[in-house]
Amino acid sequence: MPSPLILVAAVLNGLMTGAVYALVALGLTLIYGVLHIINFAHGALLSAALFAAFFAYQILGLDPYLAVFVLAPVFFALGYALQRFVIGPAARGDERNMLLVTLGLSVFIENALLYAFRANTRTVEVSYAFKSIDLGFTFLAVPRLVSLAAVFAVAFVLWLIMALTDTGKAIRAVAKEKLGAELAGIDVAHVYALTFGLGTACVAIAACLLIPTYYVNPSAGNAFVPVAFTIVVLGGMGSVPGALIGGLVIGVVESLAGFFLGESLGEVGIFLIFILVLLVRPRGLFGSST
Amino acid sequence: MKGFLLIAIVVAAFAAVPLVVHSNVTLNFLVVALLIALAGQGWNVLGGYGGQYSFGHAAFFGTGAYVTAVLQMRYGVNAWIGFAAGIAAGSAVGAIVGTLAFRAGLRSSYFALVTLAFAEVLRILASVAPITGAGVGMLIKLDLRAQSFQFQSRALFYLVILALVAVALVTAQMLERSRFGAWLIAVRENEDAAMALGVDAFSIKLGAMVLSAAITAAAGGFYAQYFLFVDAGIAYGTWISIEALLTPVIGGVGTVFGPLVGALAAKSLGEGAKLVTGDVPGLDLMIYGAMLVLVIRFVPHGIVGAFADVSDRIKRRVLAARAPAREAVHG
Repeated sequence: MPSPLILVAAVLNGLMTGAVYALVALGLTLIYGVLHIINFAHGALLSAALFAAFFAYQILGLDPYLAVFVLAPVFFALGYALQRFVIGPAARGDERNMLLVTLGLSVFIENALLYAFRANTRTVEVSYAFKSIDLGFTFLAVPRLVSLAAVFAVAFVLWLIMALTDTGKAIRAVAKEKLGAELAGIDVAHVYALTFGLGTACVAIAACLLIPTYYVNPSAGNAFVPVAFTIVVLGGMGSVPGALIGGLVIGVVESLAGFFLGESLGEVGIFLIFILVLLVRPRGLFGSST
Repeated sequence: MKGFLLIAIVVAAFAAVPLVVHSNVTLNFLVVALLIALAGQGWNVLGGYGGQYSFGHAAFFGTGAYVTAVLQMRYGVNAWIGFAAGIAAGSAVGAIVGTLAFRAGLRSSYFALVTLAFAEVLRILASVAPITGAGVGMLIKLDLRAQSFQFQSRALFYLVILALVAVALVTAQMLERSRFGAWLIAVRENEDAAMALGVDAFSIKLGAMVLSAAITAAAGGFYAQYFLFVDAGIAYGTWISIEALLTPVIGGVGTVFGPLVGALAAKSLGEGAKLVTGDVPGLDLMIYGAMLVLVIRFVPHGIVGAFADVSDRIKRRVLAARAPAREAVHG
């Protein structure tokens, strides 16, 4: 039996990894909750955001933690435009079409990145990448602590938007009853695009938090996709607190599984959990029926 | 009968190509296009006629490819028997995934997700398991004899894949005219209504999935014999899942010729772009992604569907023009 302190360290590490997972999942679940589509382009958008954060640092010298305030609005606009002018008009409300369109976008974005920047893996070197706090029994990496704090901040801001603003009210109305909302004069296409924008902004924030300690290549974002799907399914499709808690739980599970079983099984483990959840309790965990 | 006649004419025309064309580059292009058309026809059976959109047909393609290769190289089994076993194994994977997914009642997005997840699990397992050659992949020994399913001339490979495509076309045509096909289409259009009318949706979907998996696994087995190499990224990679669904979507989902037309269109565009800019990684898939979005936006029924729409409109106009004339005779 390993010492309990090592386990505590593993849990703490898992929580910090889970925070970024949660942020990626937050965007996915938000889009699902309102548009009722699984955005297959989420991973590709994360890769694009990682490239954006990388070049913001490399060319403009913008620190990733400052770049957040530029990239989040930029990606919000990008997401808005994608839904408003590409996904919405192409899918015409048909669920199967939406699946194919987001898949097509994902393939397009990922390979456009590959075409433009090749498969090379790039990293940024910031001064604080390896800074850590000594807890006596383990070290906590500063960038990962920042991520954890930032994720809670983002979730809080999202909650504020949803709970207190008229826009948030409109989003919630569309999520609950699309036709009713439309009859009440809400511009559904606009709300859909806003939501897609918010989801994409989450991805941009996640990218800025990741880039100091992570790497970027055209498929870097895909590494998070199965995990994010699993979290969204676990936490309940469309549930923001579910994504937050689900993300942290998966982070801890992964850390402990890696600790006990070794790293190589981790990747298969996530998929197996995901398949199991889908097969055993699909509706129950999704919250609403398909 | 009209449908079968059309298939016969098209296949005969394709079969005549090697008599005229001797360029290996062109034949290679056609072999790959037909290979993708075959994988796409598999997807079309389940996705086009059954409305179940799989994002993980690589699971079947890869199983067909690996079983064909592994049986030959590890167990010394004859290539043709290996190929048949590959098709059987692919169907078995289809049956397992289908049973699990349809039992759990997974539809649309969830079905797409779970098929994607199965393909990924198989890809990861194949990239670590020693029997598949793990990360290195597996080479099939060169043995250019017909009984080893290898041919000196590319034209023979071409005729074999053409024969497989012909079988798939006939299968799709028979499906369209069969009761099973009618039930499958009923499930696609409205599963609950079909069930209310007594259609056993679970068995119908499962049957379609097994047939679909078998066809796509055949494409995988042929791939292994043609390129004599498989690895996890090729066999179970997302590229084949995407091309398998792209071809029917471009050509026309739920049509007999959709996958063939779509494969020729997609491959022509992909290769055409390579000629213009050189072979840069990512270019062909980038074009496929854009095509997918554009086709759904502007040609929602695919190329074959668009032609059918146009001919319908012309027919209706001709009929409308005739109608007053007929009235005049009676009047």
